[in-house]
Amino acid sequence: MKSIKVSIVSSSEEIYSGEATMVFATGTLGELGIAPGHTPLLTGLAPGPVRVQDGNDEKTFFCSGGFIEVQPDIVTFLSDTAERADSLDEAEAIKAKEQAEKDLSDKNDKIDYAKAAAQLAEAAARLKTIQKLRKNQ
Amino acid sequence: MANTKEVRKQISSIKNTQKITSAMEMVAASKIRKTQDVMLLGRPYSEKIKEVISHIANSSSEYSHPFFEDRKVKKACFIVVSTDKGLCGGLNINLFKNVIAKAAELKKDGVESCFALIGVKASGFFKAIGGEIVAKVEMLGDQPDPDNLIGLTKVVLDKHKNGEIDEAYLCANSFVNTMTQQPKVDQLIPLPVMENDDSAPTHWDYIYEPEAKELLNGLLTRYIESLIYQAVVENKACEQAAKMIAMKNATENAGELIKELELLYNNVRQAAITQELSEIVGGAAAV
Repeated sequence: MKSIKVSIVSSSEEIYSGEATMVFATGTLGELGIAPGHTPLLTGLAPGPVRVQDGNDEKTFFCSGGFIEVQPDIVTFLSDTAERADSLDEAEAIKAKEQAEKDLSDKNDKIDYAKAAAQLAEAAARLKTIQKLRKNQ
Repeated sequence: MANTKEVRKQISSIKNTQKITSAMEMVAASKIRKTQDVMLLGRPYSEKIKEVISHIANSSSEYSHPFFEDRKVKKACFIVVSTDKGLCGGLNINLFKNVIAKAAELKKDGVESCFALIGVKASGFFKAIGGEIVAKVEMLGDQPDPDNLIGLTKVVLDKHKNGEIDEAYLCANSFVNTMTQQPKVDQLIPLPVMENDDSAPTHWDYIYEPEAKELLNGLLTRYIESLIYQAVVENKACEQAAKMIAMKNATENAGELIKELELLYNNVRQAAITQELSEIVGGAAAV
């Protein structure tokens, strides 16, 4: 029986990799059944179960959205690790920007601390050198 | 001359420090393995998505994405990955030096720079030198969550889309082995051209569902996110390795210092004894 190579990966781990005779998944435009020899296809993956059939054996995985790439002999699921929506991404972006801006307005924080630590280290090094010189006299 | 009590106190304080540094060395050594595992776990995704992108680049696609386009460069953005904590030797500062050198090189060609920063150390440094900071993420922990990087990536990509920046660079340390970490500044946007796979047929295209533009946009965003995530976890492994080496050196230095001080202590003690003896002898002679 002909089979197709399946890999399901997310950015933090590999979820599944193996052969299958048939794969079922939910694309953004509807249910998909992928058999070996499928025409090249690129589509979105909707959150939901992905069923991988190999003969009589069937495994089910959950994917939270992402992309599906289909080649005649390979099918790749690129799963996201979180729910993604433009509005959520936007919120994250705003957070990252705000952090940067807050840093600029904040005057007395870690930077001054870092400077002080550097000065302390320099002073300590100086003291040590002086001590060494004295000892050698 | 210093008295014995003083020297003894100094020795015991250095011994305490040595205990701490050697404990930190061991912690770092055990964390290296963990961070390396995280690094390896993320590899399949970045390899797969790279494969898919190179398929797309090879296919005769109906739509060409701005991330592949070279345009006249007026401003570049550096995404700098650093550590959140110090005590890791010259890891961060070596990277920053490379970034500054690259920025200076661009400046000669009239290209301005801005920075998107990951990690406490980078924000401290680039604020001190007065760089323009467009986004910042801190405190990602030992096992960074890819989701925490979405926002920063989006800021940079949006800036590219709006034409505020024309190039982006990813700056991070790459893990060669435990002893060596290599600071690297890689071009992120426009995406470097990938090698063509000659065996693949050249005139074909995907069926895109729904639309090529939307899909490519999403995929390329994910690709760039995954590159950044990989850089972050690799930098984490570098941090632990550098920390281990730094702490090992500190422990050895403390050992040397203790040896020196013990010598001094013995000298001082012997001098005190000699003095006391000579006083007694002198006293006895006087009687």
